[in-house]
Amino acid sequence: MKKCVSFFLGACCMCLPGILMAQRIKGSDTVLPLTQELSEMYMNQNPSATVTVTGGGSGVGISALLDGTTDLAMASRKIKFSEKMKMKQSKHEPCEYIVAYDALAVIVNPQNPVKQLTREQLEGIFRGKITNWKEVGGEDARIVVYSRETSSGTYEFFKESVLHNKNYMSSVLSMPATGAIIQSVRQTKGAIGYVGLAYLNPYVKAIAVSYDQGKHYVYPSVESATRKEYPIVRPLYYYYDKQNEKNVMPFLNFTTSKEGQAKTLDLGFIPR
Amino acid sequence: MKRLIDNIARYVLTVSGFTTSVVILLIIGFLFKEAVGLFNNPIVEDGYVLALNKENDVKRLSAQQIKNIFDEEITNWKEVGGKDMPITVFRLEDLDKHYTEAELGAEYEYAGDKIAEQVHQTPGIVAYVPDVLMKGQKDIHYIENQDIPVKDVLLGNEWFPTATPSPIFGILPLISGTLWVSFFAILIALPFGLAISIYLAEVANEKTRKFLKPIIELLNGIPSVVYGFFGLAVIVPFLQQTFNLPVGESGLAGSLVLAIMALPTIITVGEDAMRSCPRSMREASLALGATQWQTIYKVVIPFSISGITSGIVLGIGRAIGETMAVLMVTGNAAVMPHSILEPLRTIPATIAAELGEAPAGGAHYQSLFLLGVILFFITLIINSCVEIVSSRNKFKK
Repeated sequence: MKKCVSFFLGACCMCLPGILMAQRIKGSDTVLPLTQELSEMYMNQNPSATVTVTGGGSGVGISALLDGTTDLAMASRKIKFSEKMKMKQSKHEPCEYIVAYDALAVIVNPQNPVKQLTREQLEGIFRGKITNWKEVGGEDARIVVYSRETSSGTYEFFKESVLHNKNYMSSVLSMPATGAIIQSVRQTKGAIGYVGLAYLNPYVKAIAVSYDQGKHYVYPSVESATRKEYPIVRPLYYYYDKQNEKNVMPFLNFTTSKEGQAKTLDLGFIPR
Repeated sequence: MKRLIDNIARYVLTVSGFTTSVVILLIIGFLFKEAVGLFNNPIVEDGYVLALNKENDVKRLSAQQIKNIFDEEITNWKEVGGKDMPITVFRLEDLDKHYTEAELGAEYEYAGDKIAEQVHQTPGIVAYVPDVLMKGQKDIHYIENQDIPVKDVLLGNEWFPTATPSPIFGILPLISGTLWVSFFAILIALPFGLAISIYLAEVANEKTRKFLKPIIELLNGIPSVVYGFFGLAVIVPFLQQTFNLPVGESGLAGSLVLAIMALPTIITVGEDAMRSCPRSMREASLALGATQWQTIYKVVIPFSISGITSGIVLGIGRAIGETMAVLMVTGNAAVMPHSILEPLRTIPATIAAELGEAPAGGAHYQSLFLLGVILFFITLIINSCVEIVSSRNKFKK
């Protein structure tokens, strides 16, 4: 069977000069560490395969798929309607494959007594309607709101899920990287921010979130996210061209194999 | 033979000079071309329309109004010049809430009809949908799409480049942030830089200078991202505690980091200029009975003023164009700065942070080029100012 597959792949390569046995994966920086680990494991198991992984962001990956300069596009957001239409116009069909899930944790300074917030309160805070911690049961201190840069997929997802597509206030502090948000929240008493679950560390405090007006608060963890209780969870996608399906399927199947999923969990992502 | 070499040399120099100038002009031309493209973009994202019920008579909306409507800040059509009825916001994703995937069709072929159905049913609706879906739909009233007005960009004070349906490119907060940070950076760097360069050139003995100068020049070689990290880990918490601020990332943190970065340039250039003051002039002054300090500020500084100014300008240039360090310590909040102790956002930081994922050729991408052009003009103006100042000084002499 294996021989058959490799023969087929070989035949594919003959048909498409320039594309050797290599698979090119490009896109979101959130999915990048996961893909790198998985591709290394995959290459160890299949010495004949080569996988090259590059980052650049979800948008970059999808536009590379559109140009045909990548086989798989990693994305931390769903493909946009306009991107899908563009693909269809050039007679390609984008296919979606969920590789894992990623949870976003809302973090505050460890000295902050606030333990839980509802989605409505979070929306108020990030939109600048709530500006003092005492309005949500904390001390009398100004709320300092940290966010990611506008280009980040995390920024878009948080906006969609927590702010219901409304805009952040304009005086939100935007940080270039997740590490910078953690550093700032750690040293600023009134700070609030959001990071991927994998980045949580003891220097910042994650808070429980409620999406049902305060009936149930759920603390972010891999377990609660796997049980689908924690609400701020987003799927991470791979996109590929339908015509190219046979070429990419072995790798995609590997990512959802037992070892692949174990590695996913290991890296702090939630297996699908 | 000599003449041949002469001719060849002249030819090579002409060609290289000419090509370099042409390339520079082409780069500037490219920058301008991309930047001007911004004003040919519609205010509602390209390929999308805002559909209204046919009963609704609102024809035009500004980008700001559209943003406020979709943020649910404006909830009644009365506020934007329409009838007294509540606004219902509808996005393409909301389709899934009203209809099943089967009803929409595998290729979204029925989506247009369903959207039209919604628009007909709801009098106060504003639907943000792709125009391809709305082709051939009847009895729907569309908001007239206009190009992004120049006034809204140059005088706008909100920066929401990724807002949907209507991005807002007000660049005023970014320009004022850049100038504000650079101004304070120079204010801090100038006295220290001048003092150190005078000390090195006039006061310090040979041994101290030989020891200090390489150390100061070493500062120039430290990558800016290291300065940024130093700023974030040391200067930001320090400012927060000293001034008891709610947030340490502020314009002042940026200014301090920039001042440290501009210092080596100011010191090295200034010192070189002062040391090039002829020994005869210095000795003449001392021989006339002037003290060392009098010699410095009456003879040495006036003689080397053009060198000192060019050092300052190079320092300002570094401060205005610096990206990474500022990106890390100023907090990047796109608001008009009221004091130096508040977070602000600079032009280079914006370009660096956003260009990576701005779709090539789109309005956001072009707006970043426009920022580049503005940065270019700011530097041009500063350089010409210095040119004027130093030429006037020469004239006096």
